[in-house]
Amino acid sequence: MNWLDNNILTLITFAPAVGAALLMVFPRRHRDIRVFALVISLLTFVLSLHLPAHFHRDQAGFQFDTKVQWITTPNIHYHMGMDGISLWLVILTTFLTPLCVLISWTSIHERVKEFFILLLILETALIGVFVALDLFLFYFFWEATLIPMALLIGIYGHGRRVYAAVKFFLYTMIASVFMLAGILWLYANTTPHSFDFVDIQNAMRQGQVANFAGAAQWLFLGFFIAFAVKVPLFPFHTWLPDAHVEAPTAGSVLLAGVLLKMGTYGMLRFNLGLFPEQARANAWWVAILALIGIVYGALVAMVQPNMKKLIAYSSISHLGFVVLGIFSFTQAGLNGAMFVMLAHGVSTGALFMLAGIIYERRHTYEISEFGGLATPMPKYSTFFLFILLASVGLPLLNGFIGEFLVLSGAFQAKIWWGVVGATGVIWSACYLLWMYQRVFFGVVKHEENNSLPDLNLRERVALWPAAIMALAMGLAPLLWLNAIDPAVHNALVPFTQFMSKVVSQ
Amino acid sequence: MPLASIVETPGSSDYIGILPEIILSVFGMLIMALDPVMDERRSQRTLGGIALAGSIVALVASFFQAHWLTSTGAPGLAFWNMIKLDAFSVFFHVVVAAVTILVILSSYEYMEVQQIRAGEYYALIVFGAVGMDLMSSAMELVLIFIALEISSIATYILAGFRRRSAISSESSLKYFLLGSFATAFFLYGVALIFGATGSTSIAVIGKSLQQYSGNGHGPMLAYIGIALMFVGLGFKVAAAPFHIWTPDVYEGAPSPVVGFMSTAPKAAVFAVLLRIMFEAHAPGRVLLIWIAAALSMTIGNIAALVQDNVKRLLAYSSIAHAGYLLVAFASLPANGIPAAMFYTASYAAMNVGAFAVVGHFAGAGERYVTIEDYAGLGKRSPLLASVLTLFLLSLIGIPITGGFFAKFYVFSAAMQSNLIGLTIVGVINSAVAAYYYLRIIVFMYMREPRQEVPVTPVPMGLGFALGLSLAITIYLGVQPTRILDYAQKSVELLR
Repeated sequence: MNWLDNNILTLITFAPAVGAALLMVFPRRHRDIRVFALVISLLTFVLSLHLPAHFHRDQAGFQFDTKVQWITTPNIHYHMGMDGISLWLVILTTFLTPLCVLISWTSIHERVKEFFILLLILETALIGVFVALDLFLFYFFWEATLIPMALLIGIYGHGRRVYAAVKFFLYTMIASVFMLAGILWLYANTTPHSFDFVDIQNAMRQGQVANFAGAAQWLFLGFFIAFAVKVPLFPFHTWLPDAHVEAPTAGSVLLAGVLLKMGTYGMLRFNLGLFPEQARANAWWVAILALIGIVYGALVAMVQPNMKKLIAYSSISHLGFVVLGIFSFTQAGLNGAMFVMLAHGVSTGALFMLAGIIYERRHTYEISEFGGLATPMPKYSTFFLFILLASVGLPLLNGFIGEFLVLSGAFQAKIWWGVVGATGVIWSACYLLWMYQRVFFGVVKHEENNSLPDLNLRERVALWPAAIMALAMGLAPLLWLNAIDPAVHNALVPFTQFMSKVVSQ
Repeated sequence: MPLASIVETPGSSDYIGILPEIILSVFGMLIMALDPVMDERRSQRTLGGIALAGSIVALVASFFQAHWLTSTGAPGLAFWNMIKLDAFSVFFHVVVAAVTILVILSSYEYMEVQQIRAGEYYALIVFGAVGMDLMSSAMELVLIFIALEISSIATYILAGFRRRSAISSESSLKYFLLGSFATAFFLYGVALIFGATGSTSIAVIGKSLQQYSGNGHGPMLAYIGIALMFVGLGFKVAAAPFHIWTPDVYEGAPSPVVGFMSTAPKAAVFAVLLRIMFEAHAPGRVLLIWIAAALSMTIGNIAALVQDNVKRLLAYSSIAHAGYLLVAFASLPANGIPAAMFYTASYAAMNVGAFAVVGHFAGAGERYVTIEDYAGLGKRSPLLASVLTLFLLSLIGIPITGGFFAKFYVFSAAMQSNLIGLTIVGVINSAVAAYYYLRIIVFMYMREPRQEVPVTPVPMGLGFALGLSLAITIYLGVQPTRILDYAQKSVELLR
């Protein structure tokens, strides 16, 4: 068992990549390509279940540690490990990927093999981002997510796919080079030179990072801009609606479900973990941007005629909650931020799957093309309503818990943050329910919608897990939160020290 | 007094010092001797084979040199201290030999398609390699000048080898005229340095300039001399503001030759620059290179953004890459030299590979070289397209390719030398650069194919060359430790 604990993260990270390599030797027209991709992604999911089963929930530090010297000069380690923050994000990734395979079963019919290869490579890179503890390794995986995602959008997307793919690529690439500069600066000024997150953190605590006081603000900003574009935080969000609308369904699911969380994860891990004091000092304007994102995203979502674009803007609003929670610097706020990340991953992922299902039947996302769908597609509309209510934040479903915690954290930090943030909950009810009403209620306006087939077995199999998860997370949030709580507490420790320092002066 | 007592006769260690050069010269002369007596139509492959054999033997000889150095612990000085064989020069010998092999392999089919029948093509490549090898081990400015001329003259002629095309002749002439002008600058710089220090030996120059390195004020003459030498060498590596010739010359020259002259002579000139800048303690180095590096990166990348001809695009990209490389030169020697060496090697692998694909795809008369011609290549020739994609990703600097580590080391070295401004200019540039490489990938995979562009199967020689350069690119991206350790070690021996 010990061997497994030491190598489990490597196994989980690279299992999809191995699967992708095996897929490469498959004959191009082989009909089992999809089955094979599904088996690989399920296998990865099963492997990843080892993590919560053997995770010590009362410990805050990194577990399942693997650390091997990869390159001697510069001092780069293959260092992987996870705490309560990354644990559930890895599970989220492995949970969503099989669903993505299922949902792309028939909607992808050209270059099928390449599609699943890209999907599996993307999964490897995403897991790698969450478990890498060496800044170099982190950057390696971070950049590695770009190519498969851009290709998924650019090759398999809809009308303006090339524009969307290039925009996505350039936005994230340009922003992340500032983080690269920051990483290199940290390496150069830490004694002894290291890219290791834990080493650098220790060196900072002991004041062994040269010239840190002068550079800290710039370093904070360098990391922050890379993450803010990924989240995306207002005003860096313009790539997101394009990417979402043009992406194939599986791409959207992973984009909203996991890729955006890379940004908020990065803020939590690096902005808070490495530059706690700067994070505190900059919190006021970050929170304002987050609040603008919450309200602006919701308002823009309300007027969208395109279903997928509406869901994309709702993501901007929801991710605003996450950033607000992180920069509230309260236990509740951070717990809530983590929980919103997971809940949003499940429910928005499922919403994109639902949008993809209707697109496969009607080849449009325009809300005005539908109406009265509840009559021909009762199962579909039931699923849609359930997931939508989870996303709105109905109590007993997953969205509620996270938003509630974030808002209670925001109220503790500054009353008006909480007040403005709380309006976001109302807005989300407005735009989602109004969209539901226009799509599903009333009489069938367009003749062709009368004969739409309801969900088939494969689609139901893809949707049930997400629905069950939405309910389970709403009913028993502690199952997730008790692993998150110690890690979040740990992330806040430097602040409490900072606070006591201020008080004692 | 008899001559023998004044000048000692060269011994075997002297000849080992220039072993690859000797081998390459012999093979080159063999090709020249056989070319007139062989049947013109059938001689191509034989002569190419001889050149290939010669460069493989030269590669082996370089490894032997490395082995000889470590096993005997010899100082490696040869021919009255004009040649210094050390781990550093062996590294560049290997790079030059590897590039030569790859270029010869990818030339076979190219020459047939272009209907160029000339055995001296291969001889010139081999002779050029002699000059480049000599440059990387020369410790004497006059010898460096001679070696520079050997390699330059070979590349001037090679650039004009598509004789039926006016643009190729223009390329050759332009390269020749501007190149000789630049060499004159270099020579003038040598003269001034001789005036300032009284020697043309890098070791002696280094000693006499070292006394100024503390307070940073050398004699004015040395400043000017170094600057003039930098003009000459900067021209050869296509660094801004001496880059104007690059796009025109690269556009006209045969593609495999562009792959050759954008990598091997550059590597050799960078070796010379490393020696002059670091071993000779060049004064005013950081500011001079700071400006050239920032200019090269910015001009190269911005101009590449608007190119529609793939060869011109890659020409501007090579200006930008010279800029990234120069960033390493502005850094402290301990970090900068290994970074520059690693960059040279990985850039050579990916650029030769990219130009080999371009050359194959261009077809007879190099007709298909615009980016429009690449539309739908991903569907029509999946293998070739995926190989080119990997080279382009490496040029962008995406993980698991050599280009990623190369950029990473260079910027890391600059950061460790506290060159924060230059690092930021560099990283922003490398993000901008992603756009134009990506554009080619977008055309290949996301556009509908154009039927009039022919797609021919990949012949064996080219396939081998591509496989080899791809393997090196990926190897450097996954396991860079060995090469980097070697580079690091060779720097320690330099001092």
